[in-house]
Amino acid sequence: MHVVIAGCGRVGSGLARDLVTQGFDVAILDESADAFHLLGDDFPGEFVVGRALDWDTLRRARIEDAIAFVACTDGDNTNIVIAQIAQKKYGISCVVARVYDPLRAELFAQIGINTVCPTRDVRVSLFDAVRACQIALPDQEG
Amino acid sequence: MFVLIIGGGKVGLNTARQLMQLGHEIALVEQRRTRYDLVAELRGEDALVYGDGTEIWVLAKAGIGRADLVVAVTGDDEDNIIISQVAKLKFGVPKVVARVNNPFNQPTFDLLGVENTVCATTAMLNLIMHELPTHKFVHLLSLRREKVEVVELEVGENSPFAHTYVQDIDLPEGVVLAAIVRAGHALVARGATEILPGDYVLCLLPPGKERELIKVFLPEEEPERVQFESELDTSEG
Repeated sequence: MHVVIAGCGRVGSGLARDLVTQGFDVAILDESADAFHLLGDDFPGEFVVGRALDWDTLRRARIEDAIAFVACTDGDNTNIVIAQIAQKKYGISCVVARVYDPLRAELFAQIGINTVCPTRDVRVSLFDAVRACQIALPDQEG
Repeated sequence: MFVLIIGGGKVGLNTARQLMQLGHEIALVEQRRTRYDLVAELRGEDALVYGDGTEIWVLAKAGIGRADLVVAVTGDDEDNIIISQVAKLKFGVPKVVARVNNPFNQPTFDLLGVENTVCATTAMLNLIMHELPTHKFVHLLSLRREKVEVVELEVGENSPFAHTYVQDIDLPEGVVLAAIVRAGHALVARGATEILPGDYVLCLLPPGKERELIKVFLPEEEPERVQFESELDTSEG
């Protein structure tokens, strides 16, 4: 069960370890060779250096064999583009892309990309955290 | 026409200048502060918008909703792709032209439905090849949407087509021998036209037919040394 993750930052590297723990076979790619250190020395998956936009990098991460693809580089536009490559070129049905901008996250969700928007999620979390303080509610009639 | 240009580099700025001279209304979006200030100094701030042209609200502020044409010419290919997709999907812009910075990204533009693309690197490469005296096969132009390639072939003394009439030439399917350039003059290629050594032959062909045409036209040429644009574009694709 092969999964490809593009972007080995705090999120990508942590996700890679989580998926490995669940028994998945993971390849993670990043344009910086230094990103490898975030994975830890004992990471059993593959680490590929290259730009996510290059099809060759995706192939080196064995995207042809992947059942799932996660795009979490630091660029919204890169994530949206490579998610579409995974879908259209390699026919992967489980494709998830991180998109910080809520407007683009919503627009590209409409054309079938499974977008996760941290901005929207954090807004909800912060709102819930404020509500959880059980402070007095403002006067609704005002 | 109202043309919205994203990216105020050399390409974007010169496009804007040219279109304004032709009497079109333009707006230019630039996100780098120093570049924005420089352009504002040169052109004034009319029709200049500061912001990230891949943000939907920036595009809306720049008037994309009424644009007849959007030109995406930033230095990042992923940004140009997203601008094109947002323009079509979100705002229904009738026509979009996108710049390809790295020719290796051309297959991605094609895959994601960005049809109207311009690649300066590929265009320059073709022009340079054209100037190389040893190159007998030159790719002149790609009309991507029309799916037509225009190539030029130099007829050598040993070419199988030297001293042959156009009507007697057995070309690969889909290849059109359009014109012959002889001593600086273009001739329409008619059936009774004889091809002579030293002639340049212009052919129109569907993408991917170059190799077949070369085999017929330049059997002595080593295929590895010939630049195939369509193969570069779809390498293993």
